[in-house]
Amino acid sequence: MKTPAATKLSDLKLDAKNDRYVLRLYVTGATSRSRQAILNLNAICSEYLKGQYDLQVIDIHQKPTLAKDEQIVAAPTLVKRLPAPMRRIIGDLSDKESVLLGLDLKRKS
Amino acid sequence: MSNRRVHTLNGIEKCPTGIAGLDQITDGGLPKGRPTLICGTAGCGKTVFGMEFLVRGATLFDEPGVFVAFEESDKELCQNVASMGFDLPALQARKKLFLDYIRLERSEIQETGDYDLEGLFVRLENAISTVGAKRVVLDTIESLFGSFSDTNVLRAELRRLFRWLKSRGVTAVITAESGDAKLTRHGIEEYVADCVILLDHRVQEQMSIRRLRVVKYRGTAHGTSEYPFLIEKHGISVLPLSSQQLDHSAPGQRISAGIPRLDSMLGGKGFYRGSSILLTGAAGTGKSSLAAHFVRAACQRGERALYMASEQSPAEIVRNMRSIGVDLEPWVKRGLLHFHAARPGSSGLEKHLVTIHQATEEFQPQVVVIDPITNFAAVGNFSDVKSMVTRVIDMFKSRQITAMFTSLTRGDSEPELSEIGVSSQMDVWLLLRNLECNGERNRGLFVLKARGIAHSNQIREFALTDQGVQLLDVYIGTAGLLTGSARVAQEARERMEDEERKQQLQRKTAELTAKRRKLEQQMARMKADFVVEEQGV
Repeated sequence: MKTPAATKLSDLKLDAKNDRYVLRLYVTGATSRSRQAILNLNAICSEYLKGQYDLQVIDIHQKPTLAKDEQIVAAPTLVKRLPAPMRRIIGDLSDKESVLLGLDLKRKS
Repeated sequence: MSNRRVHTLNGIEKCPTGIAGLDQITDGGLPKGRPTLICGTAGCGKTVFGMEFLVRGATLFDEPGVFVAFEESDKELCQNVASMGFDLPALQARKKLFLDYIRLERSEIQETGDYDLEGLFVRLENAISTVGAKRVVLDTIESLFGSFSDTNVLRAELRRLFRWLKSRGVTAVITAESGDAKLTRHGIEEYVADCVILLDHRVQEQMSIRRLRVVKYRGTAHGTSEYPFLIEKHGISVLPLSSQQLDHSAPGQRISAGIPRLDSMLGGKGFYRGSSILLTGAAGTGKSSLAAHFVRAACQRGERALYMASEQSPAEIVRNMRSIGVDLEPWVKRGLLHFHAARPGSSGLEKHLVTIHQATEEFQPQVVVIDPITNFAAVGNFSDVKSMVTRVIDMFKSRQITAMFTSLTRGDSEPELSEIGVSSQMDVWLLLRNLECNGERNRGLFVLKARGIAHSNQIREFALTDQGVQLLDVYIGTAGLLTGSARVAQEARERMEDEERKQQLQRKTAELTAKRRKLEQQMARMKADFVVEEQGV
């Protein structure tokens, strides 16, 4: 699930900075919730971060030690590693506004 | 660490904790394969409890464990428990322990829809299978409530977690902070219903006291009292009422009190072995001296004696007792007599109870003297002291240790009112009294009670001589017991009367002799007259 780096972002409406987004989505197997999270994330990324992000989807059932190393408790968890600050966005990412807040693509008004 | 037993009472299998004293209270340990809730306020010892449960499991019972920490990092945990001799890094290296620090930073978390705590399950599963864990500690799971806002999800997930832990067959300890008169802040005791233990840390009259109570234990008879416990350099020690049933055996053997005449007051043979003896008296009535005789007699029999002193240092006791002809030093040197001196004021009552426990455990004495027990009253309230003394007596009895407790009575109070209310628990009660009359004070000893022993009902005067305690002859005059100079006067009077009788006898004998001589002379004269008369015929 890697989206290769693409062209420069031109139409970023919100205050995203110019650096790349490094995102890790931790899911637990092929549950409907996992699928939902992946779908939602892809939609948000293609809308706001077009090509300016690294996304890796990891099944913690397959790599349980990563759950410890990455401090995963809730599932699904989307970890925004970069840009700083690091943030954990939990849930199936269906609340788009919250996801954007978590990704610093939007500020609390 | 004694009484390590695995019970299968009422079908519930027990998992011994290895925590000193706890397995006695719970009749074998925590419910095996089930979760146990440990709750208490901040700083009450939950984490230490959990950690000791794992460390003992790994070292004593070959049961590896997983510690899931929500509040302290691995490193902090290792440092914090190192002072208790728990070497966590070594246990981790030997795959006996798995530490997982779950760091939850509320500010980092953004909730965006449905989620569960599968991550926690995955980590637990991974940890359990890595070391083959039989024990799991979750400390403090309620931290989750601070990090996630959806309490419905949390509750459902916790319920699922406890079910899952049960299905994994691990004995789990879940800690939770109590608050607002509730066992746990978020009511998770609802889900962990098999065993609930409450820890408590109170400060009473500037003295910190930790207590433990088994609130609930499904399927097991358990003590419901509050048990004091300590966190010290070997971990937690819980002080159980070592015998909740009165099932001490009653040995028939008798041992000497160390003073022959006192033995004869006690049916001629002294105390029963394993009995408890209370020695009450005002200041200076000779309590310690009697105790020293008792101790010396034990050592002379080749027994081990423990002397818990809280008023004099061992050196002072040895010196002072030497002045009355009781030399304890050789016994100390031969290792039969051990002094343990500490002022009760310097640490809490519970601490003293533990000290007594430990000293007894280490020295394994047959005879113990606690001199004086009244000092404990200074550091606790009446009922605390009473319950403590009960525990001490129980412990000694269960080990068939003959224990002598001295107790200081105030000069102006009735000595029969034993100030710490323990006299009913004592088998023998010796009362030392100052007998005041004719302008002097003399020491009197009286056997107030002696269970199962035909004992003298006399008040006996005793003297502290350089040959030790001497019980003197009894003089009972018209005014009662004669002591001191009254006794001496009586003795003198008797000597005088005796002398008089002797003189009278001598006089009488002399008179009779004189009379006989006179008669004999008369007879001789008459005989001579008769002879003359006969010759004249």
